[in-house]
Amino acid sequence: MTNLLQQAFNGLVSGSFYALLALGLAVIFGMLRVVNFAHGAFYMLGAFGAYVLLSSRQVGFWAALVVVPVALGLLGMALERAFIHRLAALDPLYNFLFTFGLTLILQDLVRREYGVQSQPYPRPAALAGSVDLGVFAYPTYQVFVLGFSVAVCLAVWYLLARTRVGMVVRAATERADLTRALGVNVGRWVTPVFGFGIALAGLAGVLAAPMRAVNPLMGADLIIVVFAVVVIGGLGSVFGSVVAGFLIGMLQALGNLYVPALSQTLVFLLMGVVLLWRPAGLFGAEEAGA
Amino acid sequence: MTSLTRRLAEAPRAARTAGLVAGLAAALALPWLVYPPVAMDIACWALFAVALDLLLGYTGLLSFGHAAFWGGSAYTAGLLAINLGWPFPLAVLGGAVLAMLLALPIGFLSVRRSGIYFAMVTLAFAQTIYFVANQWRSLTGGENGLQSIPRELGGLDLSEPFWFYYAGLPIVLAGLAVAWRIVRSPFGQVLVAIRDNPARARALGYPIDRYKILAFVLSAGLSGLAGGLFAISHGFASLQEVYWTTSGKVVMMTVLGGIGTLWGSVLGATLVVQLEDYLASAGFDGIGIITGAIFCLIVLLFRRGIWGTVAHRLGSSRRPAPAPEPGVAPPAQPDIERTRAG
Repeated sequence: MTNLLQQAFNGLVSGSFYALLALGLAVIFGMLRVVNFAHGAFYMLGAFGAYVLLSSRQVGFWAALVVVPVALGLLGMALERAFIHRLAALDPLYNFLFTFGLTLILQDLVRREYGVQSQPYPRPAALAGSVDLGVFAYPTYQVFVLGFSVAVCLAVWYLLARTRVGMVVRAATERADLTRALGVNVGRWVTPVFGFGIALAGLAGVLAAPMRAVNPLMGADLIIVVFAVVVIGGLGSVFGSVVAGFLIGMLQALGNLYVPALSQTLVFLLMGVVLLWRPAGLFGAEEAGA
Repeated sequence: MTSLTRRLAEAPRAARTAGLVAGLAAALALPWLVYPPVAMDIACWALFAVALDLLLGYTGLLSFGHAAFWGGSAYTAGLLAINLGWPFPLAVLGGAVLAMLLALPIGFLSVRRSGIYFAMVTLAFAQTIYFVANQWRSLTGGENGLQSIPRELGGLDLSEPFWFYYAGLPIVLAGLAVAWRIVRSPFGQVLVAIRDNPARARALGYPIDRYKILAFVLSAGLSGLAGGLFAISHGFASLQEVYWTTSGKVVMMTVLGGIGTLWGSVLGATLVVQLEDYLASAGFDGIGIITGAIFCLIVLLFRRGIWGTVAHRLGSSRRPAPAPEPGVAPPAQPDIERTRAG
């Protein structure tokens, strides 16, 4: 029983990363209709950003948690202005292909600089050790990751659901033409929203640095699992993406316990079932022509 | 130039025959022109790219998971050759059959979504095959891969890459012939109709999902022929073959050559394999940077691809296949409104 609970907790922690990444993907997709293949690469850049700040500038985890996502968000905005924007009027497949090319470039640039072996990153001192959760002791840092991710997801939900900015973004997501007709400058929000999604990926990367191997390929396999997550949750649905993220994390952890041979493939099997049963995803609305 | 253009347009049959003869001559001369193992690589990737274009260019489905079929067949052909001692053409055929068997459920599930979703879903399913290959070590050798695959053919000595090229070439040519036949068949015309206007094709009574699945399975079979032959020619099959970068590489070849132009895919494959060989032999460490940059540039500036640009300049309108600029239709529009002018 303790074992089961512990695995479930592990699942929630790895689900936090899926949720943060899926959230960024969903926000970007909603506003721009772009599926950002490079999302995993930006997650990797986030972890490397934290690593480089610490090893060459002695800038610690807490500062990195703010600086790195902001820097990556700005980089994302620049990329959107320079390239993604040009392809916006075309079939979304072109931006998918563009961000795929970008992924190859980013991964290889980092690999040339730092090699393929994993770089060490210590846990922040304040979060060392473990906490007693009653049933079992759990590493403090992991508890922090879970709590922090849930807080970020809630904050984004609040931003989208309860603020004026969120209202504009939601309206533009649903009917860009109508929103424009009502006098809202939709184009103004495209670049910041893209940057925001990238910043979320960077944030996930910084969070991952102390507990996961920091290497150039850390986002490569992850992004494909996250694709499966958003297909399961419904790519159009921000809520669905987050819920599916935590769900898949749990599923993988429990799979690890009961059917270890299948733990990595379970998510894709679930995706197959969802495609059969609800092609639009668990929380997605059917898209015209999709 | 103009008179040549006009003559080409006026004599499509002659031009086609000339193209065919030139292509065959190039295929036969290839191992004299480039290092023979590279020649075999070019032939395999060309068939792979043509197989992908059958789906991307003629059915309008971007599969980002074709590594599953190329790699699945590579492992199968290798295992058949190692464990059962099958002659290599049979082993390659066995690999292609497995690729088609894999494609059946994957295609069945994936055609339930289209557009960008189709790309994501095929990518995810292919990653399943990758994880299976990675974990099933007793069968695939895990990270070491499948090694020392023999090239058996009735006691002939095919260890020399130069001779193996000619032994393997008929398989590639047969695969290409099948692809050309499909494109020119009534079946191929229906695929193009589905690509251009799914709603109208459905209204005309075509079961479009079944057509898409069949196109997917055929494309997987041809990819399997290519992947199996690739594994036999290298003597090993590795996880690289089923990894998503392989899926991306073949998409890049097709887009570089020109979506919806089979010759373009052949050209794209030739250029990419040559470039990678050149970079590797020049000792340049960073192939991903170059290929990634080329990928981005094609998508930004050169969406018709090489063959597509040439065909466009020549104003060739005799084939319905090469789409104007693929996918310029606004994405927000539902399929039902996606009619093409003319």
